[in-house]
Amino acid sequence: MSTHPLLQIDNLSTHYVSARGTRVVRAVDDVSLRIDAGETLGIVGESGSGKSTLALTILRLLPPAARVASGRMLFEGEDLLAKSDAEMRRVRGKRIAMILQDPMASLNPLFSIGDQVAEPIRVHEGVGRAAAWSRARELLKAVRIPSPQTRLLQHPHEMSGGMRQRIVGAIGISCEPRLLIADEPTTSLDLTIQAQYLNLLRELQRAHGLALIFITHNLGIVAKMCDQLAVMYAGRVVESGPVRQIFNAPAHPYTQALLNSIPRMSDNRNRLAAIDGQPPDLVALPPGCAFAPRCPSAFDRCRESPPSQLTFGDQRTVRCWLADAGSDAADSQVRKGAA
Amino acid sequence: MVVLEAAGLSKHFRARRGFFGGDRGNVRAVDGISFAIESGRTLGVVGESGCGKTTTAKLVLGLEEPTGGSIRFEGQDLHALDAAARRHYRKSVQAVFQDPYASLNPRMRISAIIAEPLTTNERLTAGEVRGHVLRLLDLVGLPNRSADLFPHEFSGGQRQRIAIARALALSPKLVVLDEPVSALDVSIRAQILNLLRDLQAELGLSYLFIAHDLAAVAHMSHAIAVMYLGKIVESGEAQTLARAPKHPYTQALFSAALPSHPEDRREEIVLSGEVPSPLRPPPGCHFHPRCPHAMARCGKQAPALDDVDGRLVACHLYGASTAAAAA
Repeated sequence: MSTHPLLQIDNLSTHYVSARGTRVVRAVDDVSLRIDAGETLGIVGESGSGKSTLALTILRLLPPAARVASGRMLFEGEDLLAKSDAEMRRVRGKRIAMILQDPMASLNPLFSIGDQVAEPIRVHEGVGRAAAWSRARELLKAVRIPSPQTRLLQHPHEMSGGMRQRIVGAIGISCEPRLLIADEPTTSLDLTIQAQYLNLLRELQRAHGLALIFITHNLGIVAKMCDQLAVMYAGRVVESGPVRQIFNAPAHPYTQALLNSIPRMSDNRNRLAAIDGQPPDLVALPPGCAFAPRCPSAFDRCRESPPSQLTFGDQRTVRCWLADAGSDAADSQVRKGAA
Repeated sequence: MVVLEAAGLSKHFRARRGFFGGDRGNVRAVDGISFAIESGRTLGVVGESGCGKTTTAKLVLGLEEPTGGSIRFEGQDLHALDAAARRHYRKSVQAVFQDPYASLNPRMRISAIIAEPLTTNERLTAGEVRGHVLRLLDLVGLPNRSADLFPHEFSGGQRQRIAIARALALSPKLVVLDEPVSALDVSIRAQILNLLRDLQAELGLSYLFIAHDLAAVAHMSHAIAVMYLGKIVESGEAQTLARAPKHPYTQALFSAALPSHPEDRREEIVLSGEVPSPLRPPPGCHFHPRCPHAMARCGKQAPALDDVDGRLVACHLYGASTAAAAA
């Protein structure tokens, strides 16, 4: 195995700039992440936390108003930001693929399933139509679509939501990418279908040694699927590390509050520990830590300047003044989290 | 005390005639279900899309006429109500919907949105209406100045609070909550669920809570009914049902729910196939083609909803009737 991670992101910032350049939204702000081959990384955040913009930045599919302000993205040692558009086209779909939330919006209603599954194979591997179609049939089999030969000739409207999402999955893995980014892939699916789909993704991952990035707001999906976790809030990664460690001892007050606020099946009618306040407004972020207005443990320093990223333990990071060694509150807070 | 009781409630939709005029038959969206909602309690309804939970909500709200069975509200059959009693019913049963971006008119001020049910149903002076609106805003935890703002000035969670205030304007007995938190940010959901519980305790409200998030339903409900293709397959006390489901579908559904912790390993029952079309439900027990325990009998005879250890289960695996039929 190579020494460098599959994807390494260093201090990446993506900003949306208004037409006259007067307003800047820091959708992704100083984000550093890494993912190794075959690993699953969960990126969790609420709407507006920048998780989808981060995914689009990795694929360089940003809308015109957005620009990468700083940072570096190394994929298999190659700088993605330095690539030309033509080079990027050879990466997308071939080495890095993406699955979006709504399968109906990512499939073209006018083309048959066969055409759409075969397209990336024909484009990236220069294979002829017949050969690409027979590969497509194999892919449909791999994602457990019954009678694949018939389905190849059908159109998206003839299928159920779960089946469409599996087709999108088949397109995603068609060129055997190294990295698959799934942006809320199961939000539109029913529970039992979601369970089927997640298990399918995990099997595909094992079979192909695929690295997965799961972008979701659902901590349950992270608990079920992921090895590593990055929690985003207002464009920043506030905490990251191995999933089990974070679930057992969350270091950032936001992660702690988030984990406490989800209802649990086993537990009864106790009040939920709700997070007060409203999600942050990215246009008017406070000068200090973005979570400070909602944070139960915030103190003066939190409202004055934003905390920088701190590394501790085994590959864990946190952005919080409480965890800063200089602060007295830090120790008690970390201990509280570990308890 | 039972606030609302449904007995053998059905709603069949006539499927549109086919392209060549052929009759496509009936969709039995809700097929002979019975349930009761008690005063101050919550009935949770779970099931996947197409199981009939939204149609059930519409029947309760009077937005659809049942094709069979009856709904009794405070002991009176809805069908037999005269116009005045019907108006009273409409005031007593209110709804909060999933998407607070779609359910609030963007061109109305919050005060007008919340006041609308009051001004259409009661004769009140402007001052009284204003007083009501401010009291309702206070009840759902919004500042008084919200009254003069427009919906776009609020976040999703605040909008859902406004929708709740509107639903409470006429002091209803029963509120139908159709996926009230699934459109909201994760960090906001707990706020709204807590608010709903506080309001229930304070005002003695009954809820019909419909959601696909099983943990949220288990958390909010006193009783749960599980629906599959228009029928209730299991119902009973919420915690017992969530901890030890009996019907194979309920077992599969709850085992498919996502874990709350990475070390939370459960035996997972992954169902094969998808929910069949409600136009042509399988004969016998609707669930038998996907059921891991299906027997020959399941494909022929629909199981009745019978008492099994203090709850209701519709499955041939349980009950004395199985043994009797086998003998």
